[in-house]
Amino acid sequence: MSEHRLDARRLLCPLPVIRCQDAVAKLRPGDTLVIVCTDPGAKHDIPAWCRVNGHDVLSIEEQQDEIIVTVQVGDAD
Amino acid sequence: MSEVRKAVALISGGLDSLLAARVMQEQGIHVEGINFFTGFCVEGHTHAIRKKDRARPKRNNALWVAEQLGIKLHIIDIIEEYKDVVINPKHGYGANLNPCLDCKVFMVHKAKEWIEANGFDFIVTGEVIGQRPKSQRKDTMPIIAAESGAEDLLLRPLCAKNLPPTLPEREGWVDREKLYDFEGRTRKPQMALARQFGLEDYAQPAGGCCFLTDANYSKKLADLWQARGERRYEIDDIMLLKVGRHIRPRPHFKLIVGREDGENKFLEGYRKQFTHLFTTSHNGPLVLLDGEAGEDDLELAARVTARYSQGRNAEQVDVEVHPLDGEVRTFSVRPLGGSEIPADWHL
Repeated sequence: MSEHRLDARRLLCPLPVIRCQDAVAKLRPGDTLVIVCTDPGAKHDIPAWCRVNGHDVLSIEEQQDEIIVTVQVGDAD
Repeated sequence: MSEVRKAVALISGGLDSLLAARVMQEQGIHVEGINFFTGFCVEGHTHAIRKKDRARPKRNNALWVAEQLGIKLHIIDIIEEYKDVVINPKHGYGANLNPCLDCKVFMVHKAKEWIEANGFDFIVTGEVIGQRPKSQRKDTMPIIAAESGAEDLLLRPLCAKNLPPTLPEREGWVDREKLYDFEGRTRKPQMALARQFGLEDYAQPAGGCCFLTDANYSKKLADLWQARGERRYEIDDIMLLKVGRHIRPRPHFKLIVGREDGENKFLEGYRKQFTHLFTTSHNGPLVLLDGEAGEDDLELAARVTARYSQGRNAEQVDVEVHPLDGEVRTFSVRPLGGSEIPADWHL
């Protein structure tokens, strides 16, 4: 299991979700992906994307204007 | 036990595609959703930019629909490939710069590629004959099926009974008798079906979910192409068309004026790509200058900037100008009066 980072700052939704989706597709179950965003929509959209696609959101932190979402890749079907 | 057939549904986030996918689930089809991001999607962007909109509950409707249906959703970035659809639509535009028929052909074509790559059997859309004047007509349905390459793998559950049987119907993967014959612009049958499925909260976008159907947005895009002397755009161009006041005082440059803090903050991200201006003696907007500007032009831009600052009624306002290639300068200017900005400067 490994941790990966994704810089999605200045991208507007749904681009942070798309970048997250594309990054997750290259990871293995159990890996974590830390996504740094500035669009507040990502707070809702990344968790929604994770729910429908079987991944877990481990945390959502806000630091000044940045939103940091940590996703754990779920088991592939 | 018969094999479970798999369909991918084009999910826009609206009611029709939600119902189309739901109808397939009722027939035991495994459905996954696909949603295309063109760059012109209304979803999200402007809400994220304007500060006053940040407090609003916000959701991505396509993801919300997927949650309601309990299906996976694949969001595909088609920004680059989509440019050719917008710039050279074979079937032309609708009322504005909306290439709706070419758009649908393109999206179904991408869905066809997707089902081939992912081992799915057919494609589902929420199209209804007569629902949209440009793309959803009796005569456009076969055009979309043929030009996309999907042919009879394209099933429209909401109006299938008004169309020839598709492969999934002929093969018995779905029961044609349990499909629908919706037609026309009325939304009543869809709303009745939604009630039948227990769906009460769904998006009802007026005029679609694409900025290209918006007259003001299309006017700004047409202006951009005219000013550049060619029909092309980058993703930043189309994002910026959604933000701020766009004012073109001269054919060779325009100004993008932030209207409030959220927009100013968004525009700050473009300071390294554009000559930009802001007032220093009074609170005011961040202004990007798109194009070429000489000395007189910079002064005029400074006066426009001052006009939209809190010093609009002052005798003199200081405006800092940051040219893209040059030294930072301060102009002390009299703000332009409201009557000095002709209506046709506003895009």
